[in-house]
Amino acid sequence: MDLSRPVLAGDRLALARLLTEVENDSPLGRTTLNSLFKHTGSAHLVGVTGAPGTGKSSLVNQLALHYRQPPDGAPPRRIAIVAVDPSSPFTGGAVLGDRIRMRELSGDTGVFIRSMATRGSLGGLAAATAGLVQALDAAGFELIFIETVGSGQSEVEVAKLVHTTLVVEAPGLGDDVQAIKAGILEIADLLVLNKADRPGVEAAERALLGMLKLGHPTKRVVHHGFMLDETAAEAELAATDQWIPPIRRTVATEGKGIPELVAAIAGHRLHLEQTGNWQRRDRARLQTELEDLLRSQLVASWRSQVSQQRYEATLDDLLSRRLSPRQAVDALLNGRGKP
Amino acid sequence: MPEKKIRVLVAKPGLDGHDRGAKVIARALRDAGMEVIYTGLRQTPEMIAEAALQEDVDAVGLSILSGAHMALVPRVIQLLKDNGQDKVRVFLGGIIPDEDVAKLLRLGVAGIFGPGSSTQKIIEDIRSAVHLTA
Repeated sequence: MDLSRPVLAGDRLALARLLTEVENDSPLGRTTLNSLFKHTGSAHLVGVTGAPGTGKSSLVNQLALHYRQPPDGAPPRRIAIVAVDPSSPFTGGAVLGDRIRMRELSGDTGVFIRSMATRGSLGGLAAATAGLVQALDAAGFELIFIETVGSGQSEVEVAKLVHTTLVVEAPGLGDDVQAIKAGILEIADLLVLNKADRPGVEAAERALLGMLKLGHPTKRVVHHGFMLDETAAEAELAATDQWIPPIRRTVATEGKGIPELVAAIAGHRLHLEQTGNWQRRDRARLQTELEDLLRSQLVASWRSQVSQQRYEATLDDLLSRRLSPRQAVDALLNGRGKP
Repeated sequence: MPEKKIRVLVAKPGLDGHDRGAKVIARALRDAGMEVIYTGLRQTPEMIAEAALQEDVDAVGLSILSGAHMALVPRVIQLLKDNGQDKVRVFLGGIIPDEDVAKLLRLGVAGIFGPGSSTQKIIEDIRSAVHLTA
């Protein structure tokens, strides 16, 4: 007996329990996800990443409020939020504080917020984040926001999990060389310049625009900070398969720029659907998950076949430099010492 | 590898704005290997119960310095029960007069820690209370 029936029936406590079971990778969590999987695939998964303190939680809070009470009178959407914070590498403990910025969402049963710790995973997410998202998808949440740990430059795992990635920046975080480095900016489908009431917003936007123009040379060039007709350029591009990440300014604490950001998220979804990229992303996403699971299962099942004695002996050979790490792997996999 | 972690919600219900104690406790529980969901100031009992549900916590730690504990704590306990979370253990910290301590323990509070309580004792009490219900 698994938890799928109450979860599908909208039982919030069962859903919360399921998320715990999935996080702990328990047999109950696994079987329930197995039977729920056919109910997944309809949610729009939106990743929110960026450096610590750029305002990711406040932004997610405002986005959720907007989707719950659309000012244009559209029906409210059911929203789930998975907020990831780091675990201590020393004690395994964690303080998960993203809910502090989301208090306005309390009391609304159309919103489900779950905090999770990374539990040793790098890359900005936890190993079980994909599983939690599946459970929330099956439970009928239409938009699921995945807020990563405050990320530096290479925490880009979230892009493999979601349909739309928001990278949140704030003024004053770095010069324009930061903007041309590889990594987090490359995964952006939408760039959000939050805290746009702060000084330095023009320079930050210029740096981001410059980065985009370098990455997409087909687009018109910024000349001395003067932008040629942006909307015309965007319209032109909408006709092609190429997506150039728009930049949206927000002041999340005041809700400024949120309707424009919501429109940009909808625009990205439309683009994905029209170009067939929705399907392609889904495929890539599931392939990533398949390979991750395959890898960990293979290691686990192989590990159970190798005696601890042999494993330790190889480790000793490694320590005494008789074998290199590659040779040690070879020895363990093939029973050979030297290549 | 994934393992069972003790999850604790640390919340400050009511209107007093002094959360240093709550933060010290959150940090101590973190250092004891627990996952602490910290919700911040001025939480209503409804907000606390809802967060406890969504986060599927094992324990709730309330910090109250305002004197409103006799109004707030029974309400939190009742709401947890209404949500089917009878097993969630409730701990209380702050300024609680002796005559209220006995009443609150009878209502089902699992532990009450006044000023000067050692964090080690709090950690041990939470661990043993949670393991009793697991």
